[in-house]
Amino acid sequence: MRYVDEYRDAGKARALAARIAELCDPGRTYTFMEVCGGHTHTIYKHGIEDHLPDNVRLVHGPGCPVCVIPMGRVDDALHIAGQPDVIMTSFGDMMRVPGGSASFLDAKAAGADIRMVYSPLDALKIARRNPGRRVVFMAIGFETTTPSTAMTVLRAADEGLDNFSVFCNHVTIIPAIKAILDSPDLRLDGFIGPGHVSTVIGCRPYEFIAAEYGRPLVVAGFEPLDILQSIHLLLTQLAENRVAVENQYGRVVPWDGNGKALRVLSQVMEVRPHFEWRGLGFISHSALRLREAYAAYDAERLFDLPGVRVADPKSCQCGEVLKGVLKPWQCKVFGTACTPETPIGTCMVSSEGACAAYYNFGRFDRAGVREAIRS
Amino acid sequence: MTTGRKAPRPAPGEEEVLRRIERAHRRKPRMRDERITLAHGAGGKATQTLIEAVFLTAFHNPVLARLEDQAVLTVGTAQLAFTTDSYVVSPLFFPGGDIGDLAVNGTVNDLAMAGARPLHLSAGFILEEGFPVADLTRIAASMAEAAAAAEVDIVTGDTKVVERGKADGCYITTAGVGVVEHGFALGVGLARPGDAVLVSGPIGEHGTTVLLARGDLDIASELTSDTAPLAGLVAALLDACGGGVRCLRDATRGGVATVLNEIARASEVAVVLDEAAVPVRPEVRGAAELLGIDPLYIACEGRMVAVVDAADAEAALGALRAHPLGEQAAVIGHVGAEPAPLVLCRTGFGGTRIVDVLIGDPLPRIC
Repeated sequence: MRYVDEYRDAGKARALAARIAELCDPGRTYTFMEVCGGHTHTIYKHGIEDHLPDNVRLVHGPGCPVCVIPMGRVDDALHIAGQPDVIMTSFGDMMRVPGGSASFLDAKAAGADIRMVYSPLDALKIARRNPGRRVVFMAIGFETTTPSTAMTVLRAADEGLDNFSVFCNHVTIIPAIKAILDSPDLRLDGFIGPGHVSTVIGCRPYEFIAAEYGRPLVVAGFEPLDILQSIHLLLTQLAENRVAVENQYGRVVPWDGNGKALRVLSQVMEVRPHFEWRGLGFISHSALRLREAYAAYDAERLFDLPGVRVADPKSCQCGEVLKGVLKPWQCKVFGTACTPETPIGTCMVSSEGACAAYYNFGRFDRAGVREAIRS
Repeated sequence: MTTGRKAPRPAPGEEEVLRRIERAHRRKPRMRDERITLAHGAGGKATQTLIEAVFLTAFHNPVLARLEDQAVLTVGTAQLAFTTDSYVVSPLFFPGGDIGDLAVNGTVNDLAMAGARPLHLSAGFILEEGFPVADLTRIAASMAEAAAAAEVDIVTGDTKVVERGKADGCYITTAGVGVVEHGFALGVGLARPGDAVLVSGPIGEHGTTVLLARGDLDIASELTSDTAPLAGLVAALLDACGGGVRCLRDATRGGVATVLNEIARASEVAVVLDEAAVPVRPEVRGAAELLGIDPLYIACEGRMVAVVDAADAEAALGALRAHPLGEQAAVIGHVGAEPAPLVLCRTGFGGTRIVDVLIGDPLPRIC
């Protein structure tokens, strides 16, 4: 398949792996965080770690949209879904995210009208077809998905639709990275930067990471060779005693981002003073809400929400996993009480979550598997 | 000096964690959900749990406990294969087929996977008040045509009508009987280390076609369903290397990945898959990439997985490829001893990963 196969070539991967091995100082370890859940998924799905020397370690970051949704927000969404005449819509990934007492999937089985959509525009379509019902879109995600939510609000306003609203849970990536950099229990040598987010915000917002924290960041694409090449670029910087922001994903990411998307975003949304992240706690200026001018499309204003903060289950160590302090398997409940089928924490829900990716694709003893495959 | 407090235990290493997970897997599944969700119909872990926790517990008997796609029963001197399957596909009509031929081929294939010659089918219809008779006539004609092609007769049936809104147009349940005339042992628990794993053609076409036919994604494609009766293909394979065939499974709900996991679990073996060797049409790969679904999990309705003795792998591949329904058959992997019961994959990128049982349901009502 064109535009895909060339980025998945095993021969090129081996050549790049050899160059990575040459760059590594065997006397030290290198720990890089891939911020984005999409990268975590790619790393496990293609077995990228098999191409890395043992002293290069990848730590999975907080960039999985459903993983950072706190339980209280799920409960608020379920409260909305339980109101008369409401059709709740969201991405498929949201369906199994546990709230305080239930998930979307449970609520749907119990009778709530909850529908999976691939785009907020699909939710708008449902609103047009059901004029007697109130259609709510549970909006989640980083700057990758935020512009499409903003565009959908504008389109609803243009059409004068009065039965469509957005329950906005959009978050922004930079404050989360900063929270991780400020976390005392973490040692990172560099970042594999989020590719899709950067198509919107560009590369400039990361410059403080190199300037103030002295860590390199390479914005990376989502094919396995993209990620290997980004690791090579990070190691090259370290070998040359440089720290900078570099763009490996130039075929998609403009250095200054997408001006039009950013304009639409700031027309419709504004930064919240603070927002709770699952496992990371409250982070200032880390999320977005609809502006006053679009109050008519804001589910938070249209519905009376309980807004109760629900503490994470005691056994859940999603926070440590999201910060990269714990590997998924080091969590107390990993794989036994918490599985993709019966998740306790959000990291186990989405295929982009570190725990789910590790459980689904990487849960094995690598040396043993290499042996089995060779036999 | 002792303080009376236990010394903190060291955090368990990764290997111990993996062993603990395997032990948890082997425990009898408990049904935790209070209600049925769509995941219980997806053919993955939730379906397994439902079957084991509810149906096996209630109906327990040695024939059912084998968890094959069909029951093989001894009646007098004859070996009969018996099976049933329900069809709720949406939309009812899709490129390459409809619910009618699906209902015939699906049941014929469940019989064929025991190496049986399908003989007779039943057909039960649940119809929604208001369903167009023209559509029902079209479905019946398609069933008749599929039955003729599979050389079976539909010999008994039933019709129920429910109020508008209590069903979605038309659901069909078929049951089938066939006769097992070969003397070979076939079963999901019979794979052995060293065996070869084959698939009879490109995977994921039925599921992808139905998904695109729903029109929600606004993707146009030339793709058609692979729905087809496989009894002829199985007969050709058994003729070529009967004693060497260990097990056959049609890769329906949950796709090839689910079938391989069932084999690994029942046979207590590892299955090692070579991702680059798995035949997938570019249209299926493209749609799967866009949707974030792995083609290994997408349903087929006319493809099967065969595990055969390595010594017979070439003969098996030749026999499959010589048949019109197996022209693009391929050897996609082999059976290993360890680490059982996992399905491993050598990725096209040169890495490794496991291919686990499907969780959740990305594609409801595909058959």
